[in-house]
Amino acid sequence: MIAELGHYALVLALATSLLQAALPSIGAFRRDAGLMASGTSATYATFILVALSFAALTHAHVTSDFSVENVWANSHSAIPLIYKFSGVWGNHEGSMLLWMLILTFFSALVAFFGGNLPDTLKAHVLSIQALIATAFALFVLLTSNPFARLVPAPGEGQDLNPVLQDIGLAIHPPLLYLGYVGFSVCFSFAVAALIEGRLDAAWARWVRPWTLAAWSFLTAGISMGSYWAYYELGWGGWWFWDPVENASFMPWLAGTALLHSALVMEKREALKIWTVLLALLTFSLSLLGTFLVRSGVLTSVHAFATDPRRGIFILVILILFIGGALTLFAVRAARLKAGGLFAPISREGALVFNNLILTTAAATVLTGTLYPLALEALTGDKISVGPPFFNMTFGLLMLPLLFAVPFGPLLAWKRGDVLAAGQRLFAAVAFGLLVGAGVAYAQGGGPVLALLGIALGAYMIGGAVTDLVLRSGLGKVPLATAWRRLSGLPRSSFGTALAHAGVGVTVIGIVAVTAFQSEHILAMTPGQSTEAGGYALRFDGVKAGNGPNYSEERGHFTVSRAGIVVADVWSARRLYTARRMPTTEAGILTFGASQLYVSLGDDQTNGGVVVRIWWKPLILCIWGGTVLMMLGGAISLSDRRLRIGAPARARKAVRGLPEAAE
Amino acid sequence: MTVLALVRRGVQAVATMLVVLMLGLATLGPALAVNPDEVLSDPALEARARTLSAKLRCMVCQNQSIDDSNAELAKDLRLIVRERLARGDTDTAVIDYVVSRYGEFVLLKPRFEGKTLILWGTPVLLLVAGGAAMLLAGRNRRQTRVTPAPLSAEEEARLRSVLDD
Repeated sequence: MIAELGHYALVLALATSLLQAALPSIGAFRRDAGLMASGTSATYATFILVALSFAALTHAHVTSDFSVENVWANSHSAIPLIYKFSGVWGNHEGSMLLWMLILTFFSALVAFFGGNLPDTLKAHVLSIQALIATAFALFVLLTSNPFARLVPAPGEGQDLNPVLQDIGLAIHPPLLYLGYVGFSVCFSFAVAALIEGRLDAAWARWVRPWTLAAWSFLTAGISMGSYWAYYELGWGGWWFWDPVENASFMPWLAGTALLHSALVMEKREALKIWTVLLALLTFSLSLLGTFLVRSGVLTSVHAFATDPRRGIFILVILILFIGGALTLFAVRAARLKAGGLFAPISREGALVFNNLILTTAAATVLTGTLYPLALEALTGDKISVGPPFFNMTFGLLMLPLLFAVPFGPLLAWKRGDVLAAGQRLFAAVAFGLLVGAGVAYAQGGGPVLALLGIALGAYMIGGAVTDLVLRSGLGKVPLATAWRRLSGLPRSSFGTALAHAGVGVTVIGIVAVTAFQSEHILAMTPGQSTEAGGYALRFDGVKAGNGPNYSEERGHFTVSRAGIVVADVWSARRLYTARRMPTTEAGILTFGASQLYVSLGDDQTNGGVVVRIWWKPLILCIWGGTVLMMLGGAISLSDRRLRIGAPARARKAVRGLPEAAE
Repeated sequence: MTVLALVRRGVQAVATMLVVLMLGLATLGPALAVNPDEVLSDPALEARARTLSAKLRCMVCQNQSIDDSNAELAKDLRLIVRERLARGDTDTAVIDYVVSRYGEFVLLKPRFEGKTLILWGTPVLLLVAGGAAMLLAGRNRRQTRVTPAPLSAEEEARLRSVLDD
């Protein structure tokens, strides 16, 4: 009964989102305040209905109601409660419902916080959000109904895919979707601006918090997924350039570009047309990612859907929204007036450079991901585009950008002085080289490129600190004054510094692991010892055990350094009973930012076991850096000017006069 | 290696592929790749083997190199790579040999040639075209601002008459 109510709520949500799509835009054209305001209520209604529907599906999963096909196919009575819960979105139908929940949640946020928006802009934004919601509601109802029943009801479920039975899965998809779908708001704002033909700095100020929020969530989601793959898949890789990873990485690259170009537009009214185009492209890439993952067109680790009907449906959605938005852009963009002027060497110029590199990178990842498909479809030739291609092209593209990052905040708006900025970065460069030399000393040498890479990361951290030091005048003014200036800086300055330093930290982690990790593959018999990363590991033997829904063999290792036992670790092979599927649970020991990664392989005939041990130096820097980026985003988001939007309100009052006279 | 052995290995590979595809376990099982018995005794040679393996695709897996995969075919390929290296082949010779047997599909970094022109060209083209467009746009707009169009003869005449007044 509850499942049917959930289904019914979803049908009602389709109806309210149709209303939400139609009423406010009619109101905007007629300048009818009442009709426009009805959009707000319709938005809340849609969100509540989708939330009810989602709650109904969650109820079915948590109570293991196997008469619901979705629960039967993706759950089991024996799995722990948390995985019954996360199993709601660990499958195609449920994850699309989560997609809708988050989309309507963002619409509701726009309705709630949009009090300072001009009425017509808000009306248009809400109705475009509703159009997207309508399309996806139809998709769920027509092709991916999560509430379908099974008659007769089976007594037991088929279990959740064991790889997905992990705390990482509980967090990863919702975060990722908050990012993906959050960019829908930027898309809707861009389309609304094109419809209205009005685009100013205030628009950029309204769009920026949504971009920041979506970007922070997407950063969190991608890095969470990367860490999950690292510890769950059992061979210590953390980024595979898998098409599904690329699908989430492309909107991130475009979103990062958008974040920066919206800044130029807000401060200087320049790059208007480009910013609108980026806002359209970013969400288009999100939609494309959804299509790639959900249609099963690229089958890979995450793609659990292979029904072509769905693929075609999403393709139609994709064409309608992307095609429609770009057509509107082509027709209307010329009407938008270009804004402020700037010299190539200036803060704006640096941000344009950032945009050029990031969009080229996004396009490169896009071509690399789709090229094998397109080539095979057109000529029948089969080629592969894998990590070596992406590492090379992406790495080469990023290098100049990473080097330029510290320069950006030091250049003045309109016309900057790159030499002066370079002089101010002297300390940062020296710091970077010092760290590189320190690593060379500690490692007893090393590949020159790797040392330079670490120096580059350290230089970026130094550059971020330099920016704050210069802004506070530390060293030039008395300490108390500097402190007062520092605490008086807008929060977005700290956000910028933190995020840029975070990139540096991630770079250090990536370079250190790539260049200095060591790998030991050997067959070990109980009692045997081996050495990795300066630690001695003794293999004590394997013990069999049982979990709630799996049986496992756990190998025990004692880790010592210089003869003193410092830790012990279990590394397991599991066999999930319901699906007869094996997984590895790597044993991971953390020492500072470095990790020992122990993975158990096959049994040998002589009673030994194949063991793979990796020493991963500074690997946690990779995700530590992304956490800093995310925090930077969150701190910028809490900046007063975005939180209150005070300038926007003043403008609205002025503009209200002539409108009232109409 | 005899022709017969090649054929047998090919048949084996196809059989493995079918089994793996049917079971659908290609990507979800634990990836436990290189086994200790495969490792070459010469560390320099083994390092080269690992580098080469990372560039070669496991053909029955989704987006995995033979270095990462535990599929039978991947193991076969790893052994072939090591066999050729032990015989004294150069890296390029090993890659050429594998490509001649399995086609270009095994290369994770496709070669630069006619059919991959767009793939390799995209980043370069975008970077150059985008950079040029941005510089030109900046310059044009600044020039229009800095040097306004000169006055026409008619305007000059009017200006003179105004000034003369």
